[in-house]
Amino acid sequence: MPNDLPLKERMKIERHVMPPQEAQSRIGNFDEVNQGFTLEMAQAEALRCLQCKDAPCSQGCPVHVHIPDFINQIVEGEMLKAADALLADNLLPAICGRVCPQEKFCEARCVLGKKGQPVAIGSLERFTADATANQRAARPLGELPAPTGRKVALIGSGPASLACAGDLIRMGHAVTVFEALHAFGGVLVYGIPEFRLPKKIVEYEVNVLRRLGVRFEKNVVIGMTLTLNELMTDQGYDAVFIGAGAGLPHFLGVPGEELIGIYSSNELLTRVNLMKAYQNGAVTPIFSYQDKVVAVFGAGNTALDSARTALRLGAKKVHIIYRRSEEEMPARHEEVLHAKEEGVAFTFLAAPLEFIDNGQGWLKGVRLQRMRLGEPDQSGRRSPVPIEGSEFNMELDLAVIAIGNSSNPLLRSTPGLEFTRRGTLAVGENSLMTSRKGVFAGGDIVTGGATVISAMGAGRQAAQEIDRYLCEMA
Amino acid sequence: MFEIKRKSKIAPDIFRFEIHAPLVAKKFQAGQFVVLRPLEDSERVPLTIMKADRAAGTITLIVKAIGLSTRQLAGMNEGDTIADLLGPLGKPSEIAKFGTVAIVGGGVGTAVAFAVAQSLKEAGNRIINISGARDKSFVILEDDLKEISDELIIATDDGSYGVKGFVTEQLKDLYQKGAQIDRVIAAGPLPMMKLIAEITRAHATPTIVSLNPIMVDGIGMCGGCRALVGGKIVFVCVDGPEFDAHQVDFDSLMRRNNAYRGIEQEKEHACKLDAQIEEVKNA
Repeated sequence: MPNDLPLKERMKIERHVMPPQEAQSRIGNFDEVNQGFTLEMAQAEALRCLQCKDAPCSQGCPVHVHIPDFINQIVEGEMLKAADALLADNLLPAICGRVCPQEKFCEARCVLGKKGQPVAIGSLERFTADATANQRAARPLGELPAPTGRKVALIGSGPASLACAGDLIRMGHAVTVFEALHAFGGVLVYGIPEFRLPKKIVEYEVNVLRRLGVRFEKNVVIGMTLTLNELMTDQGYDAVFIGAGAGLPHFLGVPGEELIGIYSSNELLTRVNLMKAYQNGAVTPIFSYQDKVVAVFGAGNTALDSARTALRLGAKKVHIIYRRSEEEMPARHEEVLHAKEEGVAFTFLAAPLEFIDNGQGWLKGVRLQRMRLGEPDQSGRRSPVPIEGSEFNMELDLAVIAIGNSSNPLLRSTPGLEFTRRGTLAVGENSLMTSRKGVFAGGDIVTGGATVISAMGAGRQAAQEIDRYLCEMA
Repeated sequence: MFEIKRKSKIAPDIFRFEIHAPLVAKKFQAGQFVVLRPLEDSERVPLTIMKADRAAGTITLIVKAIGLSTRQLAGMNEGDTIADLLGPLGKPSEIAKFGTVAIVGGGVGTAVAFAVAQSLKEAGNRIINISGARDKSFVILEDDLKEISDELIIATDDGSYGVKGFVTEQLKDLYQKGAQIDRVIAAGPLPMMKLIAEITRAHATPTIVSLNPIMVDGIGMCGGCRALVGGKIVFVCVDGPEFDAHQVDFDSLMRRNNAYRGIEQEKEHACKLDAQIEEVKNA
């Protein structure tokens, strides 16, 4: 593909879509849905980029990746340079290329999107990361600065901490990441399913950090196994970053939620992803989804992940039940599309009133009520209003509650840490420092459930602030 | 980390492990538990801690080999290393001077009963320990319990050791004899705890039970261990494991614990207790 193609010609190129596994076959496996670009596709897509000087896409990115730069390197066929251009701002491109809601960030600002389809920035990011993975792993480490002698403890090993660790280690600080579970990656390993984010990609990124010298310690839950005090006094950490995420699942609070057959999305996904229940021979018990009718309550990415996981576990029919309309769905656009292709049924404008017992403690169905949309609420989305007399029943075998999470409660009793009324950690807007000196926080534990890229952005901002704090220390 | 320092078989399919876990040992308070994975591919299993030796950096666990992962653990030996162990988890037991505390342990619930009894004894309470087993071969931790009890009653279902009958009958006996009991703590099979709750409700004795639901992460993440307490959903792993026995919905918990049909062996026992529960309710 010539890179001196006139602008007019370039603008005629249609947006490339990553070839997905065919819907009917993919619901029979947990392999990745999107197969990724070939080099030819990537270069043809890269040619669509107009190389805008002011790069509105970059401004739309929470970590301000220099998008035109990395895309230009793809056009040039310089994949390693493209990767380096990405890595300068985003340490986890293979992950973000897969799970970032690009249509809300970079691609939303793409000039091409005003009249047609924006450049497939996410797919290009993913391709760049994947195509260079082996080369990057094999090349020698860049020079690290001399050790500063400062130690930082990172709590949790999700995207916020991973991004924070990557920056801090490159600033010369000693970094230890503490994780409660037995695998590293937080929501990337327990939450997001294999078919959207293969776990070997998370492992790869953790290993990159290990090579750089980041220490990873599992089986440590801060607040229980070790306290903040012990980290900062006995163990000599000069600063702490809390990136423990929003892990406590919300339930609906309707009668019958304790019936057997109802999981939180966290439980279903943890059993399947972290505990590998999708593999033959896995020891984790899980309800049989084979030929079952399943309802998933909620409409975010986690709800769709749960619905599509249920399909892959053999469910006969999977319903997404959401109290607002399709327009208000917070899920990533591509996931909604994929779910529809796979045959997930959507019931909009309906909310559960109670779960129905089969007489032996097992779920038999749900009583629902129709909703209509009223005035916008605090989130700016139109809020659902119940329609009297519109109640109806739906027969179900299994249900999954995926209506969000609040921050993990285990840190709440820590002396000196202030929390907001919503239960999230209170931090300085720019400093990201908590009410406790030297203790910083970012990601979902501060914002409530948000995105991987926002958590990464917060992790990187925290790294800057921690570095400043450490340099100012006597 | 997590090396098995000592292992002994203390009853059929019941093992006592001392495991090197210095951070857990340092933090342990009575009533807390760990979640462990014996091997890399095992399930995560919650187990209450019986005691900790801070100087040696070890914790003691009593394990009944009933599921795949507990059988895997039972198959491990001194010198072997446990793949993952997280803790201490859960809220510690409330320790204060209550007066006379009756502590009822059934089966491996005796381990947590011991832990709580020991701390309550140190806090100046008079301790009546009631420990139940199917028969003589299942009587566990007798020597340990003796050391920390002012009164120790061992009951076996068949009378092959100690007194004959269920622990619940022993508790009823105490009340009938006019014993002043200021607090009851129970740990064991759910039907046992349910019956204890019914008995003490009649006497308005504050009663605490240590719940043992199905759990995955143990840190408040999955909600699999949720129970109805006072009509509200609680997460046993982070809100418990100890709750006011008079508020717990035992029936839904028993059904939930049988959700995977892995726990069949308590059924027969449960049936006999069910009859007694009716008896107490109707009394």
